[in-house]
Amino acid sequence: MLHYIAKRLLQAIPTLLIVITVSFFLMHLAPGGPFDGERQLPAEIEANLLASYNLDQPIWKQYLIYLGNLLQGDFGPSFRYEDFSVTELIGQGFPVSLELGMWAILLALAVGLPLGIIAALRRNSSIDYLVMGTALAGIAIPNFVIAPLMALVFGVFLAWLPVGGWNDGHWRNMLLPVVALSIQQIAYIARMMRASMIEVLGSQHIRTARAKGLSEREVIWRHAMRPAMLPVVSYLGPAAAGIITGSVVIEQIFGIPGIGRYFVQAALNRDYTLVMGTVVFYGALIVLLNLIVDLIYSALDPQIRYDD
Amino acid sequence: MRKQRLLLASSAALLSGLMTLPLQADTLRIAIMGEPASLDPHKISGTWENDVVGDLFEGLVTEAADGERIPGVAESWEISDDGTEYTFELRDDARWSDGEVVTAEDFVYAFQRILNPATAADYAYLLYPVKNAETVYEGDADPETLGIEAVDDHTLKITLERSTPYFLDQLSHYTAYPVPKHVVEEHGDDWSRADHMVSNGPFKLERWRSQTRIEVSRNDQFHDADEVALDEVVYFPIEERTTALNRFRADEIDVARDFPTQQYDWLQENLPDATTTAPFLGIYYYTLNTRDGHPTADPRVREALSLAVRREVITNQILGTGEEPAYSFVPPGVNRYDAPQSSMADMSQEERMARAKELLAEAGYGPDDPLELNLRYNTSEDHRKVAIAIGAMWEPLGVEVELNNSEVAVHYEDMRQGDFDVGRAGWIGDYNDAQNFLSLLETGVANNYGAYSNEKFDALMDQASETQDLDERADIMAEAEKLALDETATLPIYYYVSRNLVNPDLQGWENNIEDIHRSRWVSFDD
Repeated sequence: MLHYIAKRLLQAIPTLLIVITVSFFLMHLAPGGPFDGERQLPAEIEANLLASYNLDQPIWKQYLIYLGNLLQGDFGPSFRYEDFSVTELIGQGFPVSLELGMWAILLALAVGLPLGIIAALRRNSSIDYLVMGTALAGIAIPNFVIAPLMALVFGVFLAWLPVGGWNDGHWRNMLLPVVALSIQQIAYIARMMRASMIEVLGSQHIRTARAKGLSEREVIWRHAMRPAMLPVVSYLGPAAAGIITGSVVIEQIFGIPGIGRYFVQAALNRDYTLVMGTVVFYGALIVLLNLIVDLIYSALDPQIRYDD
Repeated sequence: MRKQRLLLASSAALLSGLMTLPLQADTLRIAIMGEPASLDPHKISGTWENDVVGDLFEGLVTEAADGERIPGVAESWEISDDGTEYTFELRDDARWSDGEVVTAEDFVYAFQRILNPATAADYAYLLYPVKNAETVYEGDADPETLGIEAVDDHTLKITLERSTPYFLDQLSHYTAYPVPKHVVEEHGDDWSRADHMVSNGPFKLERWRSQTRIEVSRNDQFHDADEVALDEVVYFPIEERTTALNRFRADEIDVARDFPTQQYDWLQENLPDATTTAPFLGIYYYTLNTRDGHPTADPRVREALSLAVRREVITNQILGTGEEPAYSFVPPGVNRYDAPQSSMADMSQEERMARAKELLAEAGYGPDDPLELNLRYNTSEDHRKVAIAIGAMWEPLGVEVELNNSEVAVHYEDMRQGDFDVGRAGWIGDYNDAQNFLSLLETGVANNYGAYSNEKFDALMDQASETQDLDERADIMAEAEKLALDETATLPIYYYVSRNLVNPDLQGWENNIEDIHRSRWVSFDD
C-alpha cells in the first residue's frame, strides 16, 4: 500500500510539470500584460516595472527563473497585491476555502446520501418524486441565483444571519455560503445514490442475502450500502476539487477571503505569478484528492487492491 | 477586535473611576470597491486605495470635507513670482504615529523614492512638474538632483520645471505624501505592512487581513487628533456592488463607495436618505482612431458619428443615475476652467441627423458603400448596453457596426496597438485641472489611443503650460479644446457621477467633484 502511494506521488511530478509548463506558456500567450489598464503607463515607467519583475527577459528564461524559484518553494511576489507574496496569499486564503468546501461536502453527504437512499427504497412513491423533483431543481438553479436570494431573505429581510464577511469562520457567517455551495452537490449526490442503490438492490448478492433470510435493514446496511457508495465516492474527488475551486462565485457574493477568486481575478489582471501559484497549488491538490479517492475506493470494494 | 475594544473601554473606565460608564467606541465601517494592491503610497493607483491611504497619511496640503484644499503638514507657503519655487513651513506638531517628528527630510526622501526607477512606482509621473523628475525617473539623473530640498527640519523648498497652477492641489495626492524615512530604511519594502507601518495622518494601521478587512484606529500623535471623532475605521474590500448593498441594508457597513446602478430606482424609493450621487471628475467617451486606413481618420466621418449619438437617451434611459450628457471633453466643475461646448449641443436631433447624413455622403459613404466600423469595448454590462444603443443610433446613417468586447487587459492592449475604429475609454482626473484631460489629446501621449494629432492643438497646450496668468491660461486651453471638439478628436458621451450609500446618521460627509471623503471629518450623531 505504501509502495503504491509512493509510486502515485512520484507519478504526480511529471503531471505537475506538464501543468506548470502548459499554463506558463498559455498565460504568457494571452494578449495583454499585467500593466495594461485604463491608464496606459509612460514607456519608461512600464520598462522599469517589466524589468523589476524580469518580464523583459526572453520567455524561456522567465520560465527557467520561475521553475528555479518554484523548486525553492518560492512562488514569487504578486504583481497586483504588492504587499503580499503569492505564498502568503494562498496561505491566508486556502484554509478559508478549505473550511468552506469541507463543510459543504460534509453537508452534501449528510443530506444527499440519506435522501438518495430513501428515494431508492421508496421508489416511485410520492417521497421519491418529491426528493427527485427537488434535486432536479437544485441542479437546475445555479448557485449565483440561490446565494443572493438566501442573503436577501435570511440576511436582509429576516436579519437572522450576516449577509457577508467571514469573521474568522464564525458559524453564523459560514451557514449561508456553506448551504449555498452544497445545494447542487446535495442534488447530484441524492440522484446518484438513488440510481446506484436501485441498481445494487437488483443485483445477485442482494438476492442471496435476502434468500438467507436477513432482515431488510441488514441487507441494506451490510450488503447494499458499500457497493452503492462507489459511484458517489468516485464522484467525490473531482467534486471536492470542484467545490474548493468552484467557490469563486460564492466567495464573491458573500465576500469571503478564500482563494477561489484569485483564479478569475488573477487571470484577468494578468497577475502571472498569482495565476501560476493557484494553478500549481490546485494541480497538486487535485492529484492528492484523486489519490485519496482511490484509496477509499479500495477500502470499499474488495475487488480493488493496490498492493502490486 | 472586540476584545481590544473592551480592554480599551475598561482601562479608560478604571482610570476615570467611572466603572458604570464604559466608553463607546465609534467605528466607521466602509465598503471600498477593491482590495488595495498595497498601503505604500508609492505603490498604488486606485481610488479604493486612496480611501484607506488618505486616512493614514497627510501631505503638505490636504482635503477638507468638501474637497477644498487646506494646509496639511505645511502650515504656510510662499510661491516665487515666476511660480517655480515653493517654500513650505512645516508645522512643529506634525508627528509620525511612533512619535517621531515629521521633517522636511521625510518629504525629500519620499519624492526621491517614488521617482527612483528602482521603486517602479507606476503613478510617479504625476510628480513630473517637479524639476528633473522625468529625467530622474528615466534613470538619466541621480535622485539627488530632484528639485526638492530640506532647508532645515521644518522648511521645505520645491523647485518646478515651470509654473504649474495645479501643483498645490497635487500635493494633497498620495504620490506626494511623506514616508517615514527612519522606518522605510529599517524595513525596506516591508515597511507598509501592518506590523511595521508608521503614518502621519489622522489614523494609524492596526491590522490588514487580505481580502477581508483593514482596521485603523485614531492616531493620537496626529496634530488635529482632538478634532477626530471616530475611534476606528474598518474598510471592507467588496467588489460586488450587490454584496455591498446587501451588507449596507443589513447594517453591517455605514458607507458603500458605490452601488449597483440597476438598483437606483429601488434605492431612491427605499433608501432615499442614504443614496447619494454627485457630479464626478470623469468623462466616458469613445476614442476615434485617426490613424491612416481607418474610416474615422476622416474628420467628416467622426463628426457624423458624434452627431448621431443621442447622449440624453444614454444618460436618462440606459444609465439613469444622474449622469449628464457630454458635449465637451473636460467635465464641468473643473477648477479655473469653463469647458467650451461642441456646436452640436444647440442643434435639434433632426438637424443633427440631416447634417450627419450630409457629412457621410461627402465622405463617400452611402447605400452602395456603407460605412463599416469595428467598435471595441471592455467587458461590462453597462459598456455593452451603451455600445448596442450607439450602434442602433448609427444604423439610420447606414453604418454597419461590428461590436467586439474583451476583458480589460486585452481591450487596452488592442487600443494601444490601434486595432479598432471606435473604442470605449474613460478618464477620471488625476487632479482637478483641465490640463489633465486635454493632455490626452496631445500628439504621442500614452493614453491618446486614437492617435489624434494636431500641431495647433499641441502648440496651444504648450503655450498654456507657459502661461502664468490663470485666466489667460484657461482661455488658451479652452481654445485648444474648441479645436479638438470641432475636429471631433474624440466622441464624448457622458460625464461620470460618483455614487455612494451613506448611513444617514453620519455627520460631515459632503459630496465633492473628486469624490474624496476623509474619515477625519466624519462623525456619528449622538
